This record gives sequence, C-alpha cells and structure tokens, in this order.
Amino acid sequence: MQLALFLIFGALAVAGALNLLFQRHPINSALSLVVVMMSLAVLYWSLGAEFLAAAQVIVYSGAIMVLFVFVIMLLNAGEEERTSGSRAAYNVGIPGAVAIFCVLAFVFLSEGSALGTANVGGRLANGLDNIAEVSSVLFTKLLLPFEVTSILILVAIVGAVVLARKEQ
Amino acid sequence: MSHDFQIFLLLTVVKIAVVLVITLTAVAYTVLLERKVIGRMQNRWGPSRTGPFGLLQPLADGIKLFLKEDLMPLAVARPLYILAPMIALGCALVSISVVPFGALTRVHGVDIFQIADVNIGLLVILGITSIGVYGIALSGWSSNNKYSLLGSLRASAQVISYELALGLSLVGVVIRAGSLNLRIIVDSQVGNGFLSWNFFGGFQFIAFFIYLMAAYAETNRAPFDLPEAETELVAGYHTEYSSMKFAMFFMAEYANMITVSCVATLLFFGGASSPFAGWIHPFGPPALQAIVPVFWFVAKILAFLFLYIWVRSTLPRFRYDQLMSFGWKFLLPLAIANIIVTSFVFALRG
Repeated sequence: MQLALFLIFGALAVAGALNLLFQRHPINSALSLVVVMMSLAVLYWSLGAEFLAAAQVIVYSGAIMVLFVFVIMLLNAGEEERTSGSRAAYNVGIPGAVAIFCVLAFVFLSEGSALGTANVGGRLANGLDNIAEVSSVLFTKLLLPFEVTSILILVAIVGAVVLARKEQ
Repeated sequence: MSHDFQIFLLLTVVKIAVVLVITLTAVAYTVLLERKVIGRMQNRWGPSRTGPFGLLQPLADGIKLFLKEDLMPLAVARPLYILAPMIALGCALVSISVVPFGALTRVHGVDIFQIADVNIGLLVILGITSIGVYGIALSGWSSNNKYSLLGSLRASAQVISYELALGLSLVGVVIRAGSLNLRIIVDSQVGNGFLSWNFFGGFQFIAFFIYLMAAYAETNRAPFDLPEAETELVAGYHTEYSSMKFAMFFMAEYANMITVSCVATLLFFGGASSPFAGWIHPFGPPALQAIVPVFWFVAKILAFLFLYIWVRSTLPRFRYDQLMSFGWKFLLPLAIANIIVTSFVFALRG
C-alpha cells in the first residue's frame, strides 16, 4: 500500500516538475508546481510525518502558490518565448545544480541517523512524527533558529510594506 | 487480503457512499431551505408549486440543470475551464470525510460515524479548504471574461485574507483540547452539558464570532459575497458557466456551507454531544444511544445553516475596502489577542 503510494506520487511529483519546465504559459507552470507540492505532501504523510504534510499543503499549495497564481492572473502574463539561454546559464547553472544536488545527497546520507531514515515504501524510523514532539524540539533545541527565521520573515514583511507604501 | 481488511474496505466504501449521498441531498435541500426561508423573511411564499410545500423543487432544479445545453465559449482555456468546477466541488466534498457525525461507535472495529479518523483532522479541513481557492481562481482566469476575472481576483484575495483570521481563531480551541484530532476536540467539551462547550465553558465566544465571520467570507456568502456581486460583476467567476458546470460551483458553495457549519459545531458547540451530556444519563437500547448524538449533530448543523440564510436576508453587502480593512485590521488582531489571552490562562492553570 505504502509502496504503491510512493511509486504513484513520486512519479506524479517528477512528472509535475518536468511539466513545470516544459510548459510555456506561466499559469500552467504554477499549477504543475502545485501538483509537485501536493505529491510531496502525500509522500510526507506516507512516511508518517502528518504535520509536515498538512503544513506543506496549507502553506505552500494553499497560500504561496495561490499568491503566485493570483499575481499571474493580475498581471495577465502571456506565453513566454523560448530562447536558447545564455552561455553563462549553461556554464555555471548545470554544474551548480549538480553540485547542490551532491551536497544535499551527501548531507542526507551522512546525517541519516539524526534525520531519520526509511526504506522505500516504509515509514520514517526514529524521526519525529507527532505534533507534540515536533513542537517540543522546535521550542527547545531549535529555539534560536526558529525565532531568527520569524524575525527574518518579519523584516521581509516590513520591507514589502515600505516598498508598497505610497509617498505622502 | 485478510478478512479484517476486507471488512474494513467494504465498510469504508459503504460509509463514503452514504456520506456522499447524504451530503449531496443536504446540499439540494439547503438550497430549498434558503429559498423558502428568505421567501418568508421577505413576506412571500418561496417555491411552493413542485410537490407538497415545494419539496420536490430540488429534483426539478436538478433535472433542469442536467438537461440544459452545456455552452462553452470559444476563447476559454479549455483544460482549466473544465478542471475548475471539479476542483471546487471535489475540495468541498472531500473535507467532510474527517468530520465525526456521532459518538464513537465501532462495528467490526470500524467507526461507522466518521470516514477517516485522522490525527490532524482540523488541519486536513483547513488544507483542503485552502486548495478549494484554485477552483474559483482558475474558473475566472480561464473564462477569458473580465467580469469573471474580476470576480475570481476578488474571491482569491478575500479567501487568502480571511484564511488567516479563520486559522488563528481555532488556535484557542486547539490549546484547550491539546490536539488537532476532531474526536479529541469534541471529547474535551463533554462533562457539564452545554456549559462545557468551548463557546460557553471554554470562553472561546470571541474566537467563535471571529470564526463565523471569517467562515462567511471564506464561503463567499452574504454579507461577504463580493465575488459574485450581481450589480457589478454579472455573476462573478461563474459568469461563463452553464448547465452542470455551473451546478458544480453551486453545489460546492452549499457543500462548503455545510462543512463550515460542521467545523463550527465540532469546535465550539460540542460536536455530536447532547447539551445535557453528563446531567442526563443515556438511556434506551444501544442502537438508540448511537443514533441520538447524530440527531444532535444534525440539529446543530441546521441551526448554523439557518443562521447563514438569516444573515443573507438581513445584512447588505460590504464594500471592497471595508471587507479588506475589516479582515486585516479588526479580525486578525482580535484573533491574535484571543490566542495570547487563552494561552496565558491555560499556562497559569498549568
């Protein structure tokens, strides 16, 4: 059952991500991204991380992507033209993407015991899945990064208000 | 497959079918209730010709909508135009799956009054409701019509804004129950009859009114029905829709009303528990004891639906700037204040 869920929604996430790149209309790309995020939420849930799955849906699909779609609709953005891309994008972008992928894969594999591991189609072992556990870790061990992130977001909000404010 | 799993699968499918049929019937009759009640409030009869007391009116409406020609303008973005009503109705119907309709009653190990008992039931409802916005947003955009687009822009902005106040108003209840599981939230309100409900005993009445107003805005109902303000926008986001596609939006709106009423009942009015629970001991055979809570639940839902209709026939529509400033400058700070006070009280109590 879980293996089937993993295969179906993993494939859906990859298909959505590819569709995001190949679609020419921004709204189709945005919707593909929604599909990717929803599939990720299902994968989180099948790993046993219920809260993360719900947060993924509410925050990313329900709020951030709605804003994306909203802005695309508001600006009435048209279809984009295909260009072959700059040389810098090819020379720096592809090695950069590969490097980031390698670093992330290395971190996840080497810190597997701390982050929790799972077999394909299994539940996350020694990971935090309960909301009570997640929040107690968030407010004790990770308190400083958590609060710093909130202040960062607050700064971003204030910045947005300053930029959007009309001159008196 | 083991025998237990087969029973589980069978009972779950039966539950889904029964709940779906009841919800859709309730949607149809909520429309009739609305037309009848608003009729009486405006000193006229409302539908009264089809069947006794007009009771067959929903059937006639359904047949009419089914048989109507399904027009599709040429310049629409076809896939999204077709997908939008499905998203709207799908999200509206799915969220009812985590609602517990009655007391925990197990038949062959399966709880028959709730489709899925999820640990994060409340978040599931909030998440699915927040996905429902896509139905409205995409319908307006894909229709290629300026009234539709304006309607859906208004709707999206309104729903995003009021989602914050709505989510924050529920935090006090979650603090009191200590869980996001809807059954545990309901169980935290049982003991001294209606005095233990969150609305009275939990001192969450401010949260309740914030929730109620935010929920009316979320479901695009009067007095927050700007997305379909007839005088300005023809019919808003569903201007270009006809036949069953229009009916899907219509059903989604009423199904959302029912979901919102369910959540209000579960979180603030003790769910399926009776107002005298703890004072009068349950009596009668076990089957009766299982059915009576469902009766209370339905009665509470009906009261909320009546309130919806009453508000619609009483209050005029807000202006757009009033809507936004009300949501951001009044409801949101009030909801945050409610969270702070509630958490202080619970921290002091220990």
